[in-house]
Amino acid sequence: MAASRVAFDLRIPSDVDYIEGVVELASQRCRELKFPPSKCSLNVPVALSEALSNAILRGNVGAGGKQVRVRAIIDDHSLVFEVVDEGPGFDLDASTKDCTTDENITREEGRGLFLMRKLMDRVESFQQEGNVVRLTLRRA
Amino acid sequence: MSFSIKKQGEVVVVDVEGQLIVGNRQELKQKVLDELEKGEKKFLIDFSQTGYIDSSGLGVLVSLSKKIREQGGELRLANLNVDLQTLFELTKLDTLFQISDTRERALESF
Repeated sequence: MAASRVAFDLRIPSDVDYIEGVVELASQRCRELKFPPSKCSLNVPVALSEALSNAILRGNVGAGGKQVRVRAIIDDHSLVFEVVDEGPGFDLDASTKDCTTDENITREEGRGLFLMRKLMDRVESFQQEGNVVRLTLRRA
Repeated sequence: MSFSIKKQGEVVVVDVEGQLIVGNRQELKQKVLDELEKGEKKFLIDFSQTGYIDSSGLGVLVSLSKKIREQGGELRLANLNVDLQTLFELTKLDTLFQISDTRERALESF
């Protein structure tokens, strides 16, 4: 098994204005690890942005005083992000909608989880000292 | 990240500079709706200076498109980079919007 290390471990206030800074840091790590450029400019920014906004707006329900923890863990083969909120968690499969159907394509909401799953190799949701969404992106 | 609006002929052109995400989507929506309320009908959003767009940003584009159409107007998009094209293809929003390679082609298409 490849040795892994924590690239960053942050706690941010539950406020969407903090998302862009975290995403920039994550994209920078992605580039430093020499992942393919589109993974650093598309997959990581969009999927992590979705996970963070879900954590802030749905998990923590936009409540002031709460926090979101975000960790990046890297090894030779993959980049893993864990986003932890203080909410009760959710059923990933039941909550993911196909936003490309005729019925859903004109809806304003409902693309977040769909995009996360399209842009990451693996998306998991589980409870462990909070509600954790884990995003795994493989190098190849 | 910011939005600049200018008029080119009869078309209101909006440049999205930076990201279009959950933190600023309402600003874009309000700016376009203000122009719509003033009676403008033709809108072009130019993404040549845009980084990434999240699902909230895509949702605002869908919502604006509907509102503009309800008022008898049109919303068109231009200058999507390769990443943004991928995003629109994944969500099939490339089938919902008229998208041009360049601002000039988009302006000519109205």
